[in-house]
Amino acid sequence: MSNKTKTEGNIITALFRNQIFIPIAALFILALFNFIVDRSFFKITIGPNSDGNPVLSGNIISIIDYGSELAILAIGMTLVTAASRGQDISVGAAMAIAGSVVLRVLCGTNSRPDELQAPIIVAFIVCCLVAMAFGAFNGLLVSVFKIQPMVATLILFTAGRSIAAWINNNELPVVNDKTFSIFGNYIPGIPIPTPFFIALACFIIIALIMKFTNLKLYIQSVGLNEQTSRLNGLNPAFIKFITYVFLGLCVAVAGFIKVSRFSTINYSVTAKDIEMDAILAVAIGGNSLGGGKFKISASILGAYVIQFLTTTLYKFDVNSEALSAYKAVVVIALVVLSAPIVREKIAAVFKKLRSPEKAELKS
Amino acid sequence: MSQKYLTPAKTRRSLLGNLSDTNLLMSITIVVFVLMYLFAIIVLGSGFLKAQTFFNMLNANAALIILACGMTLVMITGGIDISVGGMAALVSMSSAVYLDMHSGSVVGAILISLGIGLAFGLVQGYLVAYLDIQPFIVTLAGMFFARGMTTIVNTNPFNVQNEAFVKLKETRITVPFLGSYNKRGEYIDAYIEIGVIVALVVVALLFVFLKWTKTGRNFYAVGGNRQSALMLGINVKRTTFLAYLMCGILGGIGGFVYFMHVGSGSATHASGAEMNAIASSIIGGTMLTGGVGNIVGTLFGVLSLALIQNIVSSIGLDQAWWTGITNASMLCIFLIVQSIIIARRKKANLSSSRPAEAKGVKK
Repeated sequence: MSNKTKTEGNIITALFRNQIFIPIAALFILALFNFIVDRSFFKITIGPNSDGNPVLSGNIISIIDYGSELAILAIGMTLVTAASRGQDISVGAAMAIAGSVVLRVLCGTNSRPDELQAPIIVAFIVCCLVAMAFGAFNGLLVSVFKIQPMVATLILFTAGRSIAAWINNNELPVVNDKTFSIFGNYIPGIPIPTPFFIALACFIIIALIMKFTNLKLYIQSVGLNEQTSRLNGLNPAFIKFITYVFLGLCVAVAGFIKVSRFSTINYSVTAKDIEMDAILAVAIGGNSLGGGKFKISASILGAYVIQFLTTTLYKFDVNSEALSAYKAVVVIALVVLSAPIVREKIAAVFKKLRSPEKAELKS
Repeated sequence: MSQKYLTPAKTRRSLLGNLSDTNLLMSITIVVFVLMYLFAIIVLGSGFLKAQTFFNMLNANAALIILACGMTLVMITGGIDISVGGMAALVSMSSAVYLDMHSGSVVGAILISLGIGLAFGLVQGYLVAYLDIQPFIVTLAGMFFARGMTTIVNTNPFNVQNEAFVKLKETRITVPFLGSYNKRGEYIDAYIEIGVIVALVVVALLFVFLKWTKTGRNFYAVGGNRQSALMLGINVKRTTFLAYLMCGILGGIGGFVYFMHVGSGSATHASGAEMNAIASSIIGGTMLTGGVGNIVGTLFGVLSLALIQNIVSSIGLDQAWWTGITNASMLCIFLIVQSIIIARRKKANLSSSRPAEAKGVKK
């Protein structure tokens, strides 16, 4: 009898211990909440969009659609957090730069071109290079000059949107091209939004990299103890630098999708507050914000949880500007619950609750 | 390059010891400020010779001075607070709504401002000091919460019509003997706003507090080395808590001074103020790593930033993005200088401690 309860307890604790439990539980709670309040939340309909293609629409579809950029950012943010024990708060501004570069290459000097001035692939590559260069700048400050990551990225956080406006001379170019808008909307004939496929592709690529290289091991060891990993022959500065460059690549992909969605850009609004969401995604994924071990799949799930939360809040007519207040409360609740001191106290309370039972068993 | 940094290192070793780092950084700032002012007078003409130009810089930046002072306190203890800008926006919006929509009194508005600052200080201080959560995460959430709350309090920006407040806002204090003649040859008194007086009083009080009170010295001890501070019997947690509390209250005061300067409530008020406050503190010689800092330096940091913006706009680069770019590049330069100084100090410490160790072994 007692044995059985013990194994059951073990399964439950193992489940609780598993990192991916946190985002799944959060997803479950949100889904349950929506299920109770309004069941029409989960309704998915199929109908023609403005181009006449049959597409799926509904809250769930918009979550997997708009959560994609966040998921892509969460991949890079997880690596940066793990290696450098800090977060990059410039991703939103860097996305604005990446988007601005794409439009600049596609439109040339004319802000309302009739046809594209350069192939889309060229625009994408240039945007990747620029975003990676900015990532490298952040990485340089963090790894070589040893400035705290959040303060180092504060520089780009301030200057980023100004640089984005400067790249296009403060004009707002509009691209009129069907092929370009595919990346942010739908492929003709396929009813599922394209960003979801792009996010999926990114996830598969990073999963393969993690599986077939030692990068994951190196990043974790640098995050856990820089000194030890240096003594073991790793180059911590270089590994940190690499993660920032990689985040730059993620930012480029996310920025590209963002621009493709609307075929234009608004420097002060595009990807506003997304840095907060990306950090939150990493935290909800159960990764320590203090570096070390990480699980990318959990972060990606965390990103979709956030999008779920956002969509739910929108459904309750919350002003998009006021959204950040609610999210901030969620963040604080999360970090308080995950703080070691609070955890210890909770564990102590649980022990007290259990100890009478143990005493009984012993006697 | 190497010679440039050799001289300060020598003076540091011979003169004071640890504290001279801040004096060195502060004197660099003051020298840069004076040089820039001379440059402005020579190149850009007599506009900069008028005392009013200088006073206008003070008038426009009184709130920033107060916010930056709070930031300096927190940074000396080794933390950071990026919620000050959001706090200022929330304070101005709440005061504006209270004054106009609830026909409140000015005293009530001041009490509300202080209350908001106190609440932020208490919560953030508790989370950082007693629950040991990363300050950046806590205050990032605080910033988003404040910004979100501002739109919840009132969405649309508006000007305050309350008579008593407008009277207070319009109050000018004339400075004797420093007026100037306008184009018609009439004499115009130079003036400053009430906010400037408040800011200067805050600077003076905090200077005394940090220099000559026990609690003030504890701030440096905690920021310099938490472990040794703990061993010396300093209540580290309470000191950290106090720093955030004071920063919160200063955020409230600064918010109200900002409100007195602009006379309106808006969700976009004081955007980027946190960044400017951090930049001013760093430029003024406060180290991000804690333990080093100076209120007078912060004052000059704010003035340097204001002066640069003045110069940039009078050269003719008055597009909005130049402000962001110049601020960020200035911050970047000073951060790198700091990081080099820290690295040099570490090296100096190592080389001076090695012989001592060797002697110890011989015994």
